[in-house]
Amino acid sequence: MTGLADTIIQGVLLGGLYALFAAGLSLTFGIMRLVNLAHGDLIVLAAFAILALASWLALDPFLAVLVALPLMFAAGLGLQHILLNRTLGHGLLPPLLVTFGLSIIIQNGLMQGFTADSQRLQAGAIETASVQLGGGVTVGLMPLATFVSAIAVILGLNFLFYRTALGRAFRATSDDLEIAELMGIDHRRIFSLAMGVAMIVATIAALYLGMRANFDPTIGPARLLYAFEAVIIGGLGSFWGTLAGGVIIGLAQTIGAELNPEWQILAGHLAFLFVLVLRPRGLFPRATD
Amino acid sequence: MLLDIKGLCKSFGSVVAADKLDLAVAPGEALGIIGPNGAGKTTLFNLIAGSLAPDRGEIRFNNRDVTAISPHQRCKLGIGRSYQIPQPFESLTVFENLLVGAVHGRGLTERAAAAPCADILAPTGLIARADIPVRSLTLLERKRLEMARALATGPQLLLLDEIAGGLTEVECRALIETIKDVHAAGTAIVWIEHIVHALLAVVGRLIVLDFGRKVAEGEPRQVMASAEVRQIYIGIEA
Repeated sequence: MTGLADTIIQGVLLGGLYALFAAGLSLTFGIMRLVNLAHGDLIVLAAFAILALASWLALDPFLAVLVALPLMFAAGLGLQHILLNRTLGHGLLPPLLVTFGLSIIIQNGLMQGFTADSQRLQAGAIETASVQLGGGVTVGLMPLATFVSAIAVILGLNFLFYRTALGRAFRATSDDLEIAELMGIDHRRIFSLAMGVAMIVATIAALYLGMRANFDPTIGPARLLYAFEAVIIGGLGSFWGTLAGGVIIGLAQTIGAELNPEWQILAGHLAFLFVLVLRPRGLFPRATD
Repeated sequence: MLLDIKGLCKSFGSVVAADKLDLAVAPGEALGIIGPNGAGKTTLFNLIAGSLAPDRGEIRFNNRDVTAISPHQRCKLGIGRSYQIPQPFESLTVFENLLVGAVHGRGLTERAAAAPCADILAPTGLIARADIPVRSLTLLERKRLEMARALATGPQLLLLDEIAGGLTEVECRALIETIKDVHAAGTAIVWIEHIVHALLAVVGRLIVLDFGRKVAEGEPRQVMASAEVRQIYIGIEA
């Protein structure tokens, strides 16, 4: 019984990491219908940015991320303003092709700058620290911090979306771009800010990605796949749905691994297909298209 | 002139929606536009608000050339527009719909925008429904919201597209009073309407469009009495 409880808790906490991967994707898709194929690589880019800052400034990763956040926000603004805004509004294909190309460019750029070696963000004792939950169940502090951060990010995004002027502009633009323009909203500016916010979320995801496991410049696309599955399971446009999606994938993977270590990845994908068959629009659909 | 349009042309394939159209609106004026379906009335509004770009011609607003600027910039300069079929932000509440217009159209903070938005909402009777999502409104409420939202952007020029269509006689009279109040407060109005008696209760000048051209213009009752307009408008009573 303890074994099962342990597996479930590990799965839920792993889901927090996937939700962090997915939240930024959910945000950009929800606001501007941009399917960002480079999202996984941008997370890896952020992980390398934290790594570089931590070593140059001799900082703890938790402090280095505070320096990385504004830089990645600015990078998101610039990326959207200079490149991605030009690809939107001409159908589905241009943003897909451009972000696919961007994914390759980021991977190769990182390979040039940091080599193909595996890296890790060193956080010291916290990496192995654990918390007793009672009943003989112990959880690692790091997975717990990841999950708590995922919830904090989603609370933060919901606050931004439903309680601030920028959030109302996000929702209005998502609802009807042309009418938003007639109400005085500069949709390109809104899109740039949305990408900036998505990069902030990606940088938080990168912190935990880099501290929990090794990463190298090529692991982005695999992470992107889990993120997509989490967003789609949750239903487009719902952040809590994205968290639920991440938890479902995380649970399926841990339970699958428990049965047979080779089934870990497969079980996650099967859970995704299973939800898709039962609820083609996801568990908590909000967007109407 | 508040709005000054010169030589405006717009075609969709072989369909001409604006044909060397000239149009001027003075500050605070109320101008009515009538014409048969397909005369280019709504296209004219799309060109003025910036949803469409003209093939040729110039649009000046407050003596500034706005022909090439984006819709959100035109909104900020003071051009407000309502649609014939209401197009509210469905996932926002009634109040948020106005708030977005006031914050972005007038450059106010949300705190500063709250009071003017409530003032606009009060006479529409929507104030009790301010915090519900728009998707649960009735047609009449959506029509009222459509105009309220355009007013929230603080327009000097308000473009109304068949706002009275589909209303009962009582509702229509209430709407006329609301539009008169908006006009009395100094906002210039250009109103496209098929319900001619409603139009005549408000406007001081009337233009008749057909095939993207101005076929008649002048004092409303004289325009309606002219033989040319009678011919276009057989079956429509003034």
